[in-house]
Amino acid sequence: MSERVERVEARKAHVKWDNLLHISMREAGVTVALVLIVLFFSATAPYFATTGNFLKIFVQIAINTVLAAGMTFVILTGGIDLSVGSVLALCTVVGATIMTDERLSAGISITLAFVACLGTGAICGAINGWVCEKWKLPSFIVTLGMLNIASGVARVVSNNSTITGLPQSFVEFGNMIFFGVFPSIFVIAVGVVLIGWFILRFTVFGRFIFAIGTNEEAVRLSGHNPSAIKIAAFTISGLTAGIAAMVYLLRLNVGSPIAGIGYELNAIAAVIIGGTSLSGGKGSIIGTLVGACILQVLSTGLQLLGAEDNVKPIVIGTVIVLAVILDTYRNKFLRAMESRRSDG
Amino acid sequence: MHGDELSGFRVETSKGTDSPILRLQSVGKRFPGVVALRDVSFEIARGSGHVLLGENGAGKSTLINLLGGVLQPDDGSIWFDGAPYRPASPLEAFKAGIRVVHQELNLLSNLSVAENLLFEQLPSRRGLVNFREMNRRAAELLAEVGLDVAPTTEVGRLGVAQMQLVEIAKALCHESKLLVLDEPTATLTVREVDRLFAILHRLKAKGVTTLYISHRLEEISEVGDQVTVLRDGQHVTTRPLAGLGIPDIVQLMVGRTITGQGAIGTAAPTGGEALGVTDLKLAADSPAISFSVGQGEIVGIAGLVGSGRTEMVRALFGADPKAAGTIRIEGREVEIVSPKDAVSHGLCLATEDRKGQGLLLEMSCAENMTITDLTRVSRRGLLQRGQEDDFSKRLVRELRVKTPSIHQAVRTFSGGNQQKVVIAKWLFRGPKALIFDEPTRGIDVGAKAEIYELLGNLASDGKGILVVSSDLPELMAICHRILVFSKGRIAGEVSRAEFEEHRILSLAYQEYSRVRAG
Repeated sequence: MSERVERVEARKAHVKWDNLLHISMREAGVTVALVLIVLFFSATAPYFATTGNFLKIFVQIAINTVLAAGMTFVILTGGIDLSVGSVLALCTVVGATIMTDERLSAGISITLAFVACLGTGAICGAINGWVCEKWKLPSFIVTLGMLNIASGVARVVSNNSTITGLPQSFVEFGNMIFFGVFPSIFVIAVGVVLIGWFILRFTVFGRFIFAIGTNEEAVRLSGHNPSAIKIAAFTISGLTAGIAAMVYLLRLNVGSPIAGIGYELNAIAAVIIGGTSLSGGKGSIIGTLVGACILQVLSTGLQLLGAEDNVKPIVIGTVIVLAVILDTYRNKFLRAMESRRSDG
Repeated sequence: MHGDELSGFRVETSKGTDSPILRLQSVGKRFPGVVALRDVSFEIARGSGHVLLGENGAGKSTLINLLGGVLQPDDGSIWFDGAPYRPASPLEAFKAGIRVVHQELNLLSNLSVAENLLFEQLPSRRGLVNFREMNRRAAELLAEVGLDVAPTTEVGRLGVAQMQLVEIAKALCHESKLLVLDEPTATLTVREVDRLFAILHRLKAKGVTTLYISHRLEEISEVGDQVTVLRDGQHVTTRPLAGLGIPDIVQLMVGRTITGQGAIGTAAPTGGEALGVTDLKLAADSPAISFSVGQGEIVGIAGLVGSGRTEMVRALFGADPKAAGTIRIEGREVEIVSPKDAVSHGLCLATEDRKGQGLLLEMSCAENMTITDLTRVSRRGLLQRGQEDDFSKRLVRELRVKTPSIHQAVRTFSGGNQQKVVIAKWLFRGPKALIFDEPTRGIDVGAKAEIYELLGNLASDGKGILVVSSDLPELMAICHRILVFSKGRIAGEVSRAEFEEHRILSLAYQEYSRVRAG
């Protein structure tokens, strides 16, 4: 009799442990990969394991992390946003134009620029989402159109030139470093990720994001309007492109219509390496942060190892594909575990 | 008129060999939880027109799929043209000389009519398609079926009836020994049907055997001389058609005479109207549908697959657009243009396609149950997971969902448990009227009984319940009344005291018979 009780208890504990493992598997896999890569370069590449190098990596991943955080929302619903790079360019131009307006005081111009940057990005994102939903178009096409439109508008607004001469206080904030290793822009990026994580994990809106990516029709037939949620996801992606534009201005101190070319692909790569499924419904924003770190650590590490510039993209491309292949094995493993659980 | 011609052809086609073209011996096919065919044996005479009949779920489609190489039998053997026949793929069946025209059209809608017709054997030279030759041959085939479209027309631009004719033309372009036609006339007009029959007579004269499946009982005597009836996956009879009337045939298909068994729907409905529908029209020119479901009442909707039952409930629920009609919930007229409207007024729909439209398969049992009303488990937009767990644990207990944990993904659940999760998610929303479309499809017997019990409990709680099902005994066991759909309209209503399978089935076939008579 007591033996049976023990068995039941053991089984309960087993289920609990399995659940825990299941919940964290998605992030755990990539995090382990990141740690291994960091250890590898620390052992082999000169100067890799130095504060200065980590500081540099943190500076370099900030923009991509912010973009990828917003991209995660869109990809989780099963969409894609190809426009974030050029929306970022447009936002830098808008922000820099306001900040360099001599009629405004530094404080006011920075505040205005901040609002305008985020507003411009959010509007671009909302348009993306609205067009997709209104005419039931694939987001790939719509955001490809926005990529070109935003880029063109950025050229018009900036008169095809880079805008320099940002306020001194703004530039100084961009150069600030906390605790000797965390640059201000990295702190912003981590903040964006944490907010995104909170929204996805703890809000009703976040639940809908996952539900729509899992089965949009089921959500609709459960009495909801998936379009509103999807438009919101695109708006968030546009908003983070606006935040990323502020980060860009803080880091490089220039607004440029040719900023951000190809950024969308890096952002997508970070999301995918981070374990989010391109078909939606599965993934995590913490994974995205880790994915962004992996991309940059690889790039920096290879450089320090003395690899040729031409070799870097080959390695990174391989890693992206490898990450997705590993993901399919991970899903198989998780499924096998689950069916064992429900059968047993 | 056709009958005379028929006998004439039969004389011509006997080729001196009396061996059957097709022979099935103890053929069986099982799917998880269901036996689709059991110990089926019969023969089809060479050069004959053979008609296959049976109710929904009798095993007709499975049998056709075995012949077409889509499925392989688990037991027994099939002999075709004197040799063992066991095609591993549709291509093998086609090569052996069996051509199947499926009910669902299998055309490539982006390609031209000619490309579709000759897809298997495009006329070509050194890998390059000879378009002139292709279009010439396609034009011949189209002329043969009397379809007046250019061979270069894109198939996607054709109407359903035209596509059906293209499918038939496609079957004609290859010399086949056995032509299987699954519901070929479902979408055709009278004139097109007559032309199809003329073609079939011509093929017969050439010695081609046809196996013909149709819901239109009155037309089968024009194309067939033998009939085989299947019931519940088993062979009932194979006999000459001559002398069989439609009532005889229906009796063969039904077999037993089942009346209401008093299992569930015996308690009298309690109150007023839960759901009312007046003059619902799916399209401007479709028939108007009116009915009402009382509080505490279970109303069944019977009818053949494709009779418009699912379309009606989807339009009612706002999942698909409708042209006209008023809907009342608990006596109050409501405006429903989307599922959101329906749900907010207390009308719920458990769809036919549980996995595709009802569940978030990769998400947990708890998440699936609360998706219909997240406001109940959240505060100011923030999820309260404790509350969510409590609610879903209670639902799991009440509905006896078998799962080790409420956090288990519903993908791993059995069909019965998945259906319980669907019911739970609607219970969580607190509905006034519920529609169930095929609530027990693919569910094993034990779980079925539990689902019936749940429906009974919902009714005793005073909710109005509408059940669409192809399983007549099921409807007769659980419903107070049954509305019989026939070709998009309500052909009749049968109350519990008058439940009789034969009567319901006759109503279901009613409109299909009328078309040919007119």
